[in-house]
Amino acid sequence: MKAVIINYHAGNIRSVTFALERIGVTPILSDNAEEIRSADKVIFPGVGEASSAMKYLKDKKLDTVIKELKQPLFGICLGMQLLCKSSEEGNTECLGIFDVPVRHFISPDEPSKSKSGDIKVPQIGWNKIYDLKSPLFNGIKENEYMYFVHGYYAEKNEHSIATANYILEYSCALHKDNFYAAQFHPEKSATAGEKLLKNFFEL
Amino acid sequence: MLSKRIIPCLDIKDGRTVKGVHFEHLRDAGDPVELAIHYSEAGADELVFLDISATEEKRKTLSQLVNKIASKINIPFTVGGGIRSVEDVELLLDSGADKISVNTAAFKHPELISKLAGRFGSQCVVLAIDTQFDIKGNFEKGSDWLVHLNGGRMRTTKRALDWAIEGEKLGAGEILLTSMDNDGAKNGFALEITKQISEAVNIPVIASGGAGKMQDFKDVFTKGKADAALAASVFHFKEIEIPDLKTYLDKNNICVRI
Repeated sequence: MKAVIINYHAGNIRSVTFALERIGVTPILSDNAEEIRSADKVIFPGVGEASSAMKYLKDKKLDTVIKELKQPLFGICLGMQLLCKSSEEGNTECLGIFDVPVRHFISPDEPSKSKSGDIKVPQIGWNKIYDLKSPLFNGIKENEYMYFVHGYYAEKNEHSIATANYILEYSCALHKDNFYAAQFHPEKSATAGEKLLKNFFEL
Repeated sequence: MLSKRIIPCLDIKDGRTVKGVHFEHLRDAGDPVELAIHYSEAGADELVFLDISATEEKRKTLSQLVNKIASKINIPFTVGGGIRSVEDVELLLDSGADKISVNTAAFKHPELISKLAGRFGSQCVVLAIDTQFDIKGNFEKGSDWLVHLNGGRMRTTKRALDWAIEGEKLGAGEILLTSMDNDGAKNGFALEITKQISEAVNIPVIASGGAGKMQDFKDVFTKGKADAALAASVFHFKEIEIPDLKTYLDKNNICVRI
């Protein structure tokens, strides 16, 4: 099993590496097209800002490499958002695997909505996931908690394999063909997150 | 619904966990790696490690410790203590920390917060504020919760509330608010200032200092409007077990991860 983590300088990928090692997978970190293409499984992580992350992918020509992959790929957090069609963060055109827009939790028309002290953006912490619809969630129960850190979300859509609710209902995991993605961080989501990563490597 | 977080805090000195009262009288509380594993298995939602070692030299071992902890636990953790630069943070993140917390250096050089947020993202930058209610009347606008630096040893004239609001504007992703008056005293959290700050900012506030019984946690979430509660002594010395605490909070209609 050759596992490659796409290393595109979008935040901290050390925790993903450690999480994979805990489930017995030794990943290679790379931004090399050949290395990524030759992997059995690809992890596309990311924490950071969408437009600069997309720019880096394009500069390295990794945008086309990712789109053409045929093996299972798992996008995490910003990685998931970049697999969508576009992001309101920096008005970014993304990879478009999932034909879904990524929006900010606070509508530009109602910035005061967040100022109640009750609804904080970004969402940071543990939230429930439900409507689970993928072998990725084998052994994971409905309403299991996962760890989220994000200010932007993917609208509910036909590719949704899990839903979460924060301010509104949104898709927190997606699947289409060989592409899988989650908004939450399985690498930081205790045993439930570990189970999900194991499931991905058993696909 | 987003759950309220329970966060054990490990103060690290020379590679060991220590705990004091009102920031003084430190006593040994065990091996940080063992404690970290224990807490993550017990259902802690996150961990915070604060290095309070006196010298730079002793601090070099911190990144090795972070590495060891990161390889073993599967929940998010924050590392703080003496962080002054982008390079300091790079080393800690590269060792496996998920977030870092800044305190004195950020107060003296507020641009550090924006630099770190720009480089690593706001989600990674926790602004730690140590505060004490100053009743001595040395503050021109009257008594208030003031920011203290250098592990509480130096008082400033800035209000904790103002600094929290500034910190958010500069790009901090969370506020870790410690009341020195309440620290280690086990008489409950500082509810008033926690509530004030939590309502004034749009980022999560982690309340710290004063946890003694389970009701204190309930109060800080309901009356104090905290998003997360941090404690040390009650967990280290096994006065409160995390699973019991979460069951209690759940029964009291507070959303927690069980």
